[in-house]
Amino acid sequence: MKRRSSLVAAALLTACLSLPLLAPAQTPPAKVLRMVPHANLTVLDPIWTTAYITRNHAYMVYDTLFATDSKGKVQPQMVDKWSISKDGKVWTFTLRDGLEFHDGKQVTSEDVIASLKRWASRDTMGGILAKFITQYEAVDAKTFRLVLNEPCGIVLDALGKPSSNVPFIMPARIAATPGTEQIKEVIGSGPFIFKADEFKPGDKAVYVKNTKYKPRSEKPDGMAGGHVVNVDRVEWLFIRDPQTQFNAIKAGEVDMIEQAAFEQVSSLKVTEGVQIVDLSGAGLQFFMRFNHLYPPFDNVKIRQAAMVALGQEAFLKTQVGVPGLYRYCKSIFPCGTPYASDNSSYFTGMANPQKAAQMLKEAGYNGTPVVMLRPTDLASIAKLPLVAKQQLEAAGFKVDLQQMDWASVVARRAKKDAPDKGGWNLFFSAWASADIASPLTMAMLNAQGDKGWFGWQNEPRFEELKAKFARASSDGEKKKLAEQMQILAMDTATHAPLGQYNQPSAVRKNITGLLENGGLVPLMWNVRKD
Amino acid sequence: MLRFLLRRLLAVLPVLLVVAVVVFLILRLTPGDPAAVIAGNNSTNEDIDRIREQLGLTKPLLAQFGIWLGNVLRGDLGYSYYLSKPVTALIAQRIEPTLSLALGTIILAVGLAVPLGTLAAWRMGGWLDRLLSAFSVAGFSIPVFVTAYVLIYVFAIQLQWLPVQGYQTLFGAGSRGLAAWAYHLVLPWITLAMIYVALIARVTRAAVSEALTEDFIRTARAKGLTEGAVLLRHALANAAVPIATVVGIGVALLIGGVVVTETVYAIPGLGSLTVDAVLNRDFPVIQGVVLLFSVAYVFINLLVDLSYLVLDPRIRY
Repeated sequence: MKRRSSLVAAALLTACLSLPLLAPAQTPPAKVLRMVPHANLTVLDPIWTTAYITRNHAYMVYDTLFATDSKGKVQPQMVDKWSISKDGKVWTFTLRDGLEFHDGKQVTSEDVIASLKRWASRDTMGGILAKFITQYEAVDAKTFRLVLNEPCGIVLDALGKPSSNVPFIMPARIAATPGTEQIKEVIGSGPFIFKADEFKPGDKAVYVKNTKYKPRSEKPDGMAGGHVVNVDRVEWLFIRDPQTQFNAIKAGEVDMIEQAAFEQVSSLKVTEGVQIVDLSGAGLQFFMRFNHLYPPFDNVKIRQAAMVALGQEAFLKTQVGVPGLYRYCKSIFPCGTPYASDNSSYFTGMANPQKAAQMLKEAGYNGTPVVMLRPTDLASIAKLPLVAKQQLEAAGFKVDLQQMDWASVVARRAKKDAPDKGGWNLFFSAWASADIASPLTMAMLNAQGDKGWFGWQNEPRFEELKAKFARASSDGEKKKLAEQMQILAMDTATHAPLGQYNQPSAVRKNITGLLENGGLVPLMWNVRKD
Repeated sequence: MLRFLLRRLLAVLPVLLVVAVVVFLILRLTPGDPAAVIAGNNSTNEDIDRIREQLGLTKPLLAQFGIWLGNVLRGDLGYSYYLSKPVTALIAQRIEPTLSLALGTIILAVGLAVPLGTLAAWRMGGWLDRLLSAFSVAGFSIPVFVTAYVLIYVFAIQLQWLPVQGYQTLFGAGSRGLAAWAYHLVLPWITLAMIYVALIARVTRAAVSEALTEDFIRTARAKGLTEGAVLLRHALANAAVPIATVVGIGVALLIGGVVVTETVYAIPGLGSLTVDAVLNRDFPVIQGVVLLFSVAYVFINLLVDLSYLVLDPRIRY
């Protein structure tokens, strides 16, 4: 009996160990690029949502009229040439030859107009541009006009907007879907075709090379230039666990981790066959947002005291912790973007608890507890509230730190109730630089009270300055207005910038040609797999 | 027998109704708003209100429940708020990996645990028994993710015999056959089976050792039967009911308890679907999956009860 059981055990073990021999060859085809994206792709409509993962998916599938290069300059992409009337009110664009949707139909002016209208119905900057447009006119299949009610300085900036919502061009029949509803089909004219039949949310998304795509002749630069595809197929494999991501790239099962966990950067650096690359340009900015409706932060002096109490270094060291991947920046417009400025009024980004305590005393702070929301499940920002609590308490604030998951934070921050009745005083988040590089796209400057962004600041001067900015025709004028808005943001303490960081990717060493861009988009054109 | 079956099937209905009410209420009372999650970072209260209206979340709670229950009775579990797909389609897409993982694990566990437990009972106090006791303690106390990472490190990273992660479908488009399917599941099966081998082997050992003390065993031996026949035909057969019970519990626990294994091995099953749904407050998906799990638990229990009729002829319903 003993012998028989030993034989059974041996047979089972042999069966297990011999499975690799039965398995098909695991070597992937030479031109399949496998990437672990930063999040699970669930929504496929880049106009309906502002989620970065959906925007990144859209960059695979769709094309844009204009695109932003690595220096932040807007360059033509689908557009061949364009002209502006002498009075600055009529913009005429001509599409380049050979643009074709994945269903085989030619891209026409009608498609462009329908796409722009849908985008403008959802996007903040698109909405501002739309207020200038009195007429969208399709001159012929390849030419269209935007007729404005007055000259506008943001036409190209808006059309070449690199981050959510990006004005991607879709077939008119799909773009006819109201912006408040999701599109049902993914048909673009971009360099990759989405394989709807292989899409499994929570598992993988597959894209194949669009062999009919005609790239521009210019060298690729950021999102601009020629979108030349050098791989046959791209697979996004959603792997939730960072340790499994690490193991998968080490074993060569994936070629790239879009956002490597900070804790693993040092290990990945010394892993054979793997390198760490930083494609994120100006990176991202951490910030803390005040609720302007309730005490104590309905008092501007107390908000300013809190700003003075905060020191960026502690936030960056605690949350990021990898030297070289973070930087101090006191500007509300991220350092490294066109409107960044050192003129930040009293805000230095260096913690000064003594001065903050003095300001707090002068402002008459009565010890009202500050309700601070902490998303425990969002590792990228979960440590920020802990640092803020310590720094604010050092200045004399009383802090009530409330822990919850991110879904609860986003629900809670939308509540206008008093902090002790389910509302809040402070929450934290991070923005990609491309999203807050312009005053027109920065959510925190949407200070229209009840209709504004969470925190509901009511400061009409921002809208006046933004209107001037939209009309400004020169870069110098725009920069001056942006600086005025920054000073106003500091003086009214809209929010506190907590420093900048870069998000590295982990890439197998046989992958080359990845392009740096400010939007944190893993661009898959120009990439080679040797 | 037929009356028993009918009675048990009818008893399922109130259980499911209670589950439906409790899950529905718990989700609505939990902090978090699906509309706020969907609206994203760059939204306003106006956007969130519009989405809430579209999702039907502004209706009174009772009306929401009535609509959902009515749809469920028609076999419609609703639409995912987030994925804009029918919940039934999402479950259909994710059930294969979870079933593959759960059934493979239980087959492996039973295949190893029952013989090991029987042998340990037969040679109680011997080296195999002591080894099994040590293994059981380890199986129960080592967390699944630790076992998983150790196995991955040894078999996938160092030896490179097996893959680190992923799932290869067995059916339909994309299938590369039985071998590829099993190749991706060997490590997850072993990981999960550790606990169930420990559990089933201990119960088997206890049940068989108890049976071995019975008079009929002494009679069987006195009749001159071989030890193998005594063990298999008499001791194990009489220990089958508690073993079947624990296997049933194991299957039921496995279906809902594969979340960690699915996460570590990046297997796109019902566990990860549920986690995503909870994080996004995707109520229809959570409700659908919980309802499915409840139905599975009830039917597994029913199957276990029916198995008693086969395993022990003395039992009558």
